[in-house]
Amino acid sequence: MASQEILREEPSRASFVNDPKVRSIFFQVLVVVLLGAGVWWIVQNTIDNLARLHIASGFGFLRGRAGFDISDTAIAYSSDSTYGRAIVVGFINTLIVAGAGIVTATLIGFILGIGRLSRNWLIRKICMVYVEIFRNIPPLLVIFFWYSGVLAVLPIPRESINLPFGSFLNQRGFYFPRAVWGDGSWLIFVALLVGIAMAWFVARKARQRQMATGQQFPVFWTSLALIVGLPLLAYALSGFPLTFDFPKQSTFNLTGGFQVKPEFLSLYLALSCYTAAFIAEIVRAGIVGVSKGQTEAAGALGLRPGSILRLVVVPQAMRIIIPPLTSQYLNLTKNSSLAIAIGYPDLTATAGTVLNQTGQAIECVLIMMVVYLVLSLLTSAVMNVVNAKMALVER
Amino acid sequence: MKHIAIGILGAAALGLTASAASAGTLDTVKQKGFIQCGVSTGLAGFSAPDDKGDWQGIDADFCRAVAAAVFGDGTKVKFTPLSAKERFTALQSGEVDILSRNTTWTINRDTALGLNFIGVTYYDGQGFMINAKKLPGVNSALQLSGAAVCVQSGTTTELNLADYFKSNKMEYNPVVFEKLEEVNAAYDAGRCDVYTTDQSGLYGIRLTLGAPADHVVLPEIISKEPLGPAVRQGDDQWYHIVKWTYFALLQAEELGITKANVEEMKASDNPEIKRVLGQEADTKIGTDLGVSNDWVVNIVKAVGNYGEMFERNVGSGSPLKIARGINALWTKGGLQYAPPIR
Amino acid sequence: MQEHDTSWVRTEMALAQQAPAGVRGPGAWVRKNLIGSVGDAILTIIGIALVVMILPQVINWAFLNAQWTGIDRTFCATVAQGGIQPDGWSGACWAFVNAKFGQFMFGRYPIEERWRPILVAILFVALLVPLLIPKVPRKGLNAILFFLAMPILAFILLVGGMFGLPHVETPLWGGLLVTLSLSFVGIAASLPIGIVLALGRRSKMPIVKTLCVVFIETVRGIPLITVLFMASVMLPLFLPAGVTFDKLLRALIGVSLFAAAYMAEVVRGGLQAIPKGQYEGADSLGLGYWQKMGLIVLPQALKLVIPGIVNTFIGMFKDTSLVYIIGMFDLLGVVKLNFSDANWATPQTARSGLIFAAFVFWLFCFGMSRYSMFTERRLDTGHKR
Repeated sequence: MASQEILREEPSRASFVNDPKVRSIFFQVLVVVLLGAGVWWIVQNTIDNLARLHIASGFGFLRGRAGFDISDTAIAYSSDSTYGRAIVVGFINTLIVAGAGIVTATLIGFILGIGRLSRNWLIRKICMVYVEIFRNIPPLLVIFFWYSGVLAVLPIPRESINLPFGSFLNQRGFYFPRAVWGDGSWLIFVALLVGIAMAWFVARKARQRQMATGQQFPVFWTSLALIVGLPLLAYALSGFPLTFDFPKQSTFNLTGGFQVKPEFLSLYLALSCYTAAFIAEIVRAGIVGVSKGQTEAAGALGLRPGSILRLVVVPQAMRIIIPPLTSQYLNLTKNSSLAIAIGYPDLTATAGTVLNQTGQAIECVLIMMVVYLVLSLLTSAVMNVVNAKMALVER
Repeated sequence: MKHIAIGILGAAALGLTASAASAGTLDTVKQKGFIQCGVSTGLAGFSAPDDKGDWQGIDADFCRAVAAAVFGDGTKVKFTPLSAKERFTALQSGEVDILSRNTTWTINRDTALGLNFIGVTYYDGQGFMINAKKLPGVNSALQLSGAAVCVQSGTTTELNLADYFKSNKMEYNPVVFEKLEEVNAAYDAGRCDVYTTDQSGLYGIRLTLGAPADHVVLPEIISKEPLGPAVRQGDDQWYHIVKWTYFALLQAEELGITKANVEEMKASDNPEIKRVLGQEADTKIGTDLGVSNDWVVNIVKAVGNYGEMFERNVGSGSPLKIARGINALWTKGGLQYAPPIR
Repeated sequence: MQEHDTSWVRTEMALAQQAPAGVRGPGAWVRKNLIGSVGDAILTIIGIALVVMILPQVINWAFLNAQWTGIDRTFCATVAQGGIQPDGWSGACWAFVNAKFGQFMFGRYPIEERWRPILVAILFVALLVPLLIPKVPRKGLNAILFFLAMPILAFILLVGGMFGLPHVETPLWGGLLVTLSLSFVGIAASLPIGIVLALGRRSKMPIVKTLCVVFIETVRGIPLITVLFMASVMLPLFLPAGVTFDKLLRALIGVSLFAAAYMAEVVRGGLQAIPKGQYEGADSLGLGYWQKMGLIVLPQALKLVIPGIVNTFIGMFKDTSLVYIIGMFDLLGVVKLNFSDANWATPQTARSGLIFAAFVFWLFCFGMSRYSMFTERRLDTGHKR
């Protein structure tokens, strides 16, 4: 009896069950236990399956001889190379197509985004039609469209379309002359580097002078003259060492020159066209996001429209644009994995081939996932740095 | 310590599942009432759906033969089309009971992928096909240096191709695709000069091209491609049933037992025929195998003998018109040979 | 006090004046919108040149020169290619789309059973349209029917095998049927999973939070195609021997989990935008966690992020086309598959088929984005400043 009364006298503490702390711990333990059990179950099943089916495991296979060839290789590779190298070749191809795609998509995207805000009705509408079309169809379809709809119906190599500068276009791709650097061409590169360095120096000085005295200096034209003129001068001095290797007809294909294969071309064009539509919308939102007062104030200070855009609007708009732009870059990189549908040897495709040849599905899919994940994290890290730099402009 | 623990666990699990599996496939198949058969996504003569969606071809018929042996009814099969990439996982995981999908028998697949090939239902070799109209004057694979070659990725074909060009010091430009239809489309559109795959496949693919007459198969055979059905490792009974179904098909041809005459043959007094058809008194050949004693009768009734199956699907009775060649019986100078059924 | 001079007050309105001649009428519109400055005029000329270059070609190809009817490739090939069209002809081969329309919609679904997907489609539209129009009453009942009754009924109708309906295996499904089933299930599954993940990410429990963050960031960092590879190649190895499940279902799980990670980030954005006072207010009313979230926070947060949610839906709808790569035949896959039909192989086939597929995808995505804009305007209750 007594003990009951004591209990009744202490109801002030909330029930044990209702204590949020206890609940939280209980809930988390539950989650961990459930998750652990699930993971243990999967791992156990996998070990069982691998052992039962005598499937090899581990990453030792990466050192084995690949035995297959790859069409586009940026680094030395032959069928004698290892599986590991094949995957690296694929990874580099992913980087190439993603890099090229990002640059082009950004260019087209900015032009379209600014075009959508043009005072010119016609330009506005053209840009809008483009954006609305490409935003609403799957990227895979765009890739197929370029590949089967456009590039595959070009003429056969024998009837190639002749383009200026000794270039050709046919269903095997785009061929253009390859530069062959003769003796003494190192001078040209040195001149180029010197030109760039001097241009940078001139720009710095010009800015300091403008800050100090307000006088402007034609930086753009001087830089152009330096960067283009110096290498040209070096080219003439070293006795014109540059020759071109022109593509020529042979039994099967055009040989010589530089060939851009239709697989790369369609993937690159499709990714650029598709992502450009999204970038255009981001750019538009960014520019609209800069309040009108900024433009008007800059106008009141007497800046010309071009300078207003360059000095006032764009720096502020960039702060709005960069975060979503980053995710578009990431999307483009991830979408480059669609290469597998048209046979461009990117990471997914080569890792898929290795998977097929070795049967080690878990390891290969794991490699793919980790590489893309690291790539994504790196891209966002770089863009975060850029973003931080942009944000610092604010005073 | 940890590794040992995992090893023990794995070994224990292996023992458990292996015993479960050996009790497994035949019983599970009988229980569900049909055989799940992994076939290609469409290769004329081997496994391809016809206009009505019924699978036709040697590989498909082989599964029907196994169904006939197990159930006495060749229609109790369901087909799963598999890509080159999926095929092994599908068999390993039990999604299909037989992989009958023009798959090349190699040591690696027997030892590292957990498959058991039951034999060679079709002796094939890798060849090349070109468009003779666009490339007049090319009549040997050795003239192909510099060509763009279409090939399906992740196959032995891709590896043989690399070896062949390398050993002959020739250059080539691989154009690879995941799916057979994509390779076909690319070749037909002229993306590449040469198509390489198993010769039987080339004949089949030629039929589906825009202008079949323009294309010729070059004479060189650059590899051995023994194609055969495979089952999972660790289930000997099922392995035996599938293997002996194949031998029974050969034995039937050797003894002249056909779809048309199998009922009459039952009454034959040739002791070998009687034994094979299960007409001997107190025979235990079929029941020891785990099927009924008239299993060979059922097989032949369902799909005919090996020769009939061949001619109907890829030989003279089909659009492919492939000659028997090395796929003839050993008695006729070929390689097809069955151990005695006794 | 200020002095007011009230000696003269105008008692009638002045007559409205005509606007200056320069700012009205088509002439002024052209001056303002097309040739406002020299640069503008140049741009206009470039624009007109572009339109003149592209538009007639497109119209010629898609309509004037197009071949609308026909039974095989000869109708879409030039004489040189073995057809009936004059040499140099270039036009869309709609005859191909026409002949394969059934396949594009249903794949290899048996012809005598095609009334089933058609019935499901009618049901879908009949329930969806009233749900989308704000004025139609009984939204609750409608939503229950749409999200609970319809999927069950659709499953029974499409898969069959009960109530006397013959069983139709999913490998026979294809075309728009697969695209729409994948998207519907993906959308219906990813929203709740995404909400749970978003709540988990904002949870105060460190372990739950870490798990959600890891899941979301991992999935967002990898391409969908690797997720689908995992579902098609690795999943069988994760399950006990002999346990397998349908390929379509595997793809569904992959697509749903993938979309859920993106959905989670969108929902998180909404949750963060809700002022702290709302949370505290709910707490002070004595509401529990789920009551607080379900009754106070989520209704406001979700409303804020409707555009984001719809964008994720659109993205997912487009992403369903990737199942083609793992060997399933959605709309794009079926269209692509039919290019290899020797009966229809012409230079125009691929282009026509792809443009048809693009048009169908575009119609759905554009419709969704327009509806989201409409809803956004309607629900705009002044959160934006």
